[in-house]
Amino acid sequence: MDLATILQVLDSTVRLAIPLLLACLAGLFSERSGIIDIGLEGKMLIAAFFSAAVAFATGSVWLGMLAGIAASMVLSAIHGLASITFRGNQLISGVALNFLASGLTVMIAQVWFSEGGRTPSLMTGGRFSDIALPFAETLRPIPVLGPIYAELISGHSILVYVGFLMVPLTWWVLQRTRFGLRLRAVGEAPEAVDTAGVSVAGLRFAALAIAGLLCGLAGAYLATGLQAGFVREMTAGRGYIALAALIFAKWRPWYALGACLLFGFLQAIALRYQNIDLGAFTVPVQVMDALPYILTVVILAGFVGKAIPPRAGGQPYVKER
Amino acid sequence: MNRMPAWADAVLVPLISILLAAILSALVILAIGENPVAAFSLMVEGALMRSTGWGYTLYYATNFTFTGLAVAVAFHARMFNIGGEGQAMIGGLGVALVALYIPWPHWTLALAGATLAGGLFGAAWAFIPAWLQATRGSHIVITTIMFNFIAAALLNYVLVNLMRPVGAMEPASATFPPATHLPTFQDMFAFGGTLFRGSPANVTFFLAVLACIAVWLLIWRTRLGYEIRAFGHSDTAARYAGISTVRITVLAMLISGALAGLMGLNTTMGEAERLVLNATEGAGFIGIAVALMGRSHPVGVFLAALLFGFLYQGGAELALWTDIPRELITVIQALVILFTGALDNMVRMPLEAMFGALRARRGPKPKPTSPRD
Repeated sequence: MDLATILQVLDSTVRLAIPLLLACLAGLFSERSGIIDIGLEGKMLIAAFFSAAVAFATGSVWLGMLAGIAASMVLSAIHGLASITFRGNQLISGVALNFLASGLTVMIAQVWFSEGGRTPSLMTGGRFSDIALPFAETLRPIPVLGPIYAELISGHSILVYVGFLMVPLTWWVLQRTRFGLRLRAVGEAPEAVDTAGVSVAGLRFAALAIAGLLCGLAGAYLATGLQAGFVREMTAGRGYIALAALIFAKWRPWYALGACLLFGFLQAIALRYQNIDLGAFTVPVQVMDALPYILTVVILAGFVGKAIPPRAGGQPYVKER
Repeated sequence: MNRMPAWADAVLVPLISILLAAILSALVILAIGENPVAAFSLMVEGALMRSTGWGYTLYYATNFTFTGLAVAVAFHARMFNIGGEGQAMIGGLGVALVALYIPWPHWTLALAGATLAGGLFGAAWAFIPAWLQATRGSHIVITTIMFNFIAAALLNYVLVNLMRPVGAMEPASATFPPATHLPTFQDMFAFGGTLFRGSPANVTFFLAVLACIAVWLLIWRTRLGYEIRAFGHSDTAARYAGISTVRITVLAMLISGALAGLMGLNTTMGEAERLVLNATEGAGFIGIAVALMGRSHPVGVFLAALLFGFLYQGGAELALWTDIPRELITVIQALVILFTGALDNMVRMPLEAMFGALRARRGPKPKPTSPRD
């Protein structure tokens, strides 16, 4: 394997890791506040559709992104209504939202565009174009480092850089702000937060709103950055992989970056090589497809370190009277 | 605490939830520029007014009964089995292996063998998540979701690399031998006529009805069922009563997985007569809606499965004759899960308040006498 191939694989690793990372951080905010979010998949999907549809209609990728974020936040609001206000089962609510997104996107796409549940392909204005970082071309001749800078670090769409910036930002919000402290507290001991006079429901709704925003970005990146338009079920289980990455990362932002890069790398390998020949035996492509899930089960089983979720996760908070 | 009468809890709440889901679905149909009344009558026409339509409706209902029962049994032990889809896929694999590689003399024996294999394979696929939940505390929802994806990859591998006949392009197994053909409703009831013509409903439907009875007996008439319910109500109390957490978790999930796996009989042996990719078509997930709507009771599950069978067949008719896409059914399914599952309290709270007010108006209740008096 030469440097060019390695760079190509790593480049596609980055591209594939970004939607996972954004969704994973969305899940992180939500679950750290004590709301389990199975609906990451649906939020991403509905955001992907609305960003592509609006970007196509208006010719503006930014308006598309806003529409995607809005759609994703609507689903977040429903999730909040069901799991915070009416103290319903968060898992069931998430499952319902995934189906809602899966059905609504294809149905509206069919009614609006009549192209079999997809949006028309987006032209240049409707897509996020790749950004060339300064001196990318001038530095290219430098051996090894030049191509790494020009190919791997430069030449991604803005949302890729936004995605990476979200990691330190998430860390800073969670660990260094008053809001973050309260958010973490509400996921561990909501009764303590309530006693301190801070609204449990308010904090959880805020966390879900942030999750909606991040899933919106992830969906917009899928439909208007990674690809040129929406196709049915285009998230293809990424929301669940993000959920897996979140457990893998033990609900921490920097670990989430690592987990998402790892899962992105697996996807990149599976995309590039059908079957991997290891000499003695070949690894079929299906193993690569299944590997993120298998790894997650192994992690969940506690064979490789223990993943302890936020203590109050999944339980509705009932105020004492 | 305002308590509702039992009939309101069992019938009124789900009915209102479904009504809300139906109203929203009608609004969705209106929003895409179609007439909800015309759409509904077309669905009834396509699914219930002809015997072939019934044949499809009952075929789908068979699938949903199995997966609905699977989710319901897990619910009784307060576990959420999202893995019905994967368990049904692997169950179908077991059915296909038995049907293909054992030379059965008669379909009855083949059905018995395939039932065993489908159940065993489905149960085996549920075993690992169950065991991990029971012994290591890995959340069963996440592990069963992961096992759905692993099942899909496994089935893909098996079909593409191992079971695909030489020279075939499509990732599907060879067609099963004729001896394993299950009698369809047309074979059984048409007597050479056109009743149920061309529809896939088959003898597995009666197996699904039997499964409903068996689950009812299991949950309410056996010691194991009692233990499952006790565990579901309070695992600490169950543990104090000497019920083993590990045993109940694993057994409940094994039964759940076996029920989901039995769905493979209907799709693989009854309809396709070979194993295809995506034979489950999301039926494992519909089981969630069916179990929620049926309040985890076999009778409720059966009725909800019939309703979803009707929706599925009616939705296919809609997509055929109108511009309403088939995905409308997915939206309706989502709304049903949302209202009967997640937003249950939204319906329940006002009703409880209403019944409380009614009781208050009828006059104050006689004070309970305490033993000290």
